[in-house]
Amino acid sequence: MSRGVLSTDKRGMRELGAEEKVGWDAVTQGVTLHSFEGETKGAAFIKPEERAYTDHNSYTATVASWRVVKPVYNRDICIDCQNCWVWCPDTSIISRDKQMLGIDYDHCKGCGVCVEVCPTNPKSLLMFSEAIENDTALSGWPEKKKKEK
Amino acid sequence: MAKEFELNEVEVWDGNYATSQALRQAQIDVVAAYPITPSTPIVEGYGSYVANGYIDGEFVMVESEHAAMSGCVGAAAAGGRVATATSSQGFALMAEVLYQASGMRLPIVLTVVNRALASPLNVRGDHADMYLGRDSGWIQIDAFNAQEAYDLALCAFKIGENHAVRLPVMMHQDGFTTSHKAQNVCPLQDSVAYKFVGDYKPVDEMLDFSRPVTHGAQTEEDWHFEHKAKQHKALMDSRSVIDEVLGEFKALTGREYKRVESYMMEDAEVALVLLGSSVETAVLAAKQLREEEGIKVGIIAPRCFRPFPYDLIRDVIGNSPVKTLCCLDKSSPGGAMGALFNEVSAAAYSTENRPLMTNYIYGLGGRDFAVDEAKRIMKEQKAHADAGHITTEIQQFSGLRGPKLGFFETRRS
Repeated sequence: MSRGVLSTDKRGMRELGAEEKVGWDAVTQGVTLHSFEGETKGAAFIKPEERAYTDHNSYTATVASWRVVKPVYNRDICIDCQNCWVWCPDTSIISRDKQMLGIDYDHCKGCGVCVEVCPTNPKSLLMFSEAIENDTALSGWPEKKKKEK
Repeated sequence: MAKEFELNEVEVWDGNYATSQALRQAQIDVVAAYPITPSTPIVEGYGSYVANGYIDGEFVMVESEHAAMSGCVGAAAAGGRVATATSSQGFALMAEVLYQASGMRLPIVLTVVNRALASPLNVRGDHADMYLGRDSGWIQIDAFNAQEAYDLALCAFKIGENHAVRLPVMMHQDGFTTSHKAQNVCPLQDSVAYKFVGDYKPVDEMLDFSRPVTHGAQTEEDWHFEHKAKQHKALMDSRSVIDEVLGEFKALTGREYKRVESYMMEDAEVALVLLGSSVETAVLAAKQLREEEGIKVGIIAPRCFRPFPYDLIRDVIGNSPVKTLCCLDKSSPGGAMGALFNEVSAAAYSTENRPLMTNYIYGLGGRDFAVDEAKRIMKEQKAHADAGHITTEIQQFSGLRGPKLGFFETRRS
């Protein structure tokens, strides 16, 4: 599956739990985990892929294996309303300047909320089995539904 | 800026009031509390100091003790100096969060006024709540009177907040016998007390927005063991910091405290080991018995209940000629020997003299423990020493009505 909606990204660079297993002497005091290397000012104004995330932050880990069904995104129908971005519980909708870019498959759990809240006809996001390629899914996208009289 | 409180050189304070004054002088940022007898006046006092401008802090009223300790955890993780008080059922309700606080290495101070645990419901003092906390990863220090409650509450902050320690601290005192008994207390002036405690220097505080941090992370089998081992080591290593802080306090006030208090142990043939306000009763009884009957009685009081002073107890026993050691537990042991008996026995086993070890359960639910009863127990220990073996059951009950109750005898062929 193609990852890297954003090419400079550290997103999902490692499998969760694949980190080096250090001993009791090297773990942090009180299980505190810092999000960023060193000090960070105004993190909210820095794009995620430009933030100095530590390996303790879940941003750099992938949990793609937890998912059995995935949302597939259809750029041709999307109206960039940002509904899915607002509702996604795992911040796995990637959007820039109110332009939908795609799905963060490293953190998406496949809950389907984005599909539920998508207002277009047909929907711009639909759920498919993990086994189906995105291109295959897009090629069989449903037609616009006529309003029933 | 907080107003200064004028204090006399000697005040007449009960243990609760003395403790609340110590909390005021430490200038705590947040107290999240829920009232319970007999500890209520401690946090009530803090509330009034905040309301009257003596503290620049926050009193958070919550719906339960679970919420009280949770509020303390949040405030401490945010980066504040935090304390609260509780007793008995409230302590039990806090239990879940006590483990969170110690695992997260948050130096909260919990002033516990020891009280029996229901059922039957009882507001009087015994050590059931103190014992309930003994595996919670907190430092537990025991004050035997109001002066000590004041002194050790100040020390508690300085110990827990030390960056080599970073652990929460319980400061215990006995319900009513200490908490509600007015005694002479020599306080420090506000500026002196605050200077002793020092400014709070937080670690990984959540309100430092330049270094966002997660507290209370989940770990599974991959990491849990390592974190608990590190926490245990911090608790064990806190022994030297406790000694250091108590030493500094002695230099400032002339009042000396040790992780293990011992009285007349140098030549003691028999000794009692006990905690809390009963220590003073036992010391008085031992002195009288030495005068009246020439029985050489000593007293050992592990002031620091956690980390358990295995090292110092071993030294005190090993450096004395003691032949019989009786451990008195003021908590219903629930189908075992008393905790003090078990832990002191373990320390005694590694000494050369290996005294005969006996156990008394006493004072449950505030049952009085008087000098005469202490003397009776001491004389009984002397009989064991003379016989060279334990002449009674190993576990007995002091001050209990009804047929004599006891368990286990020494196996002799």
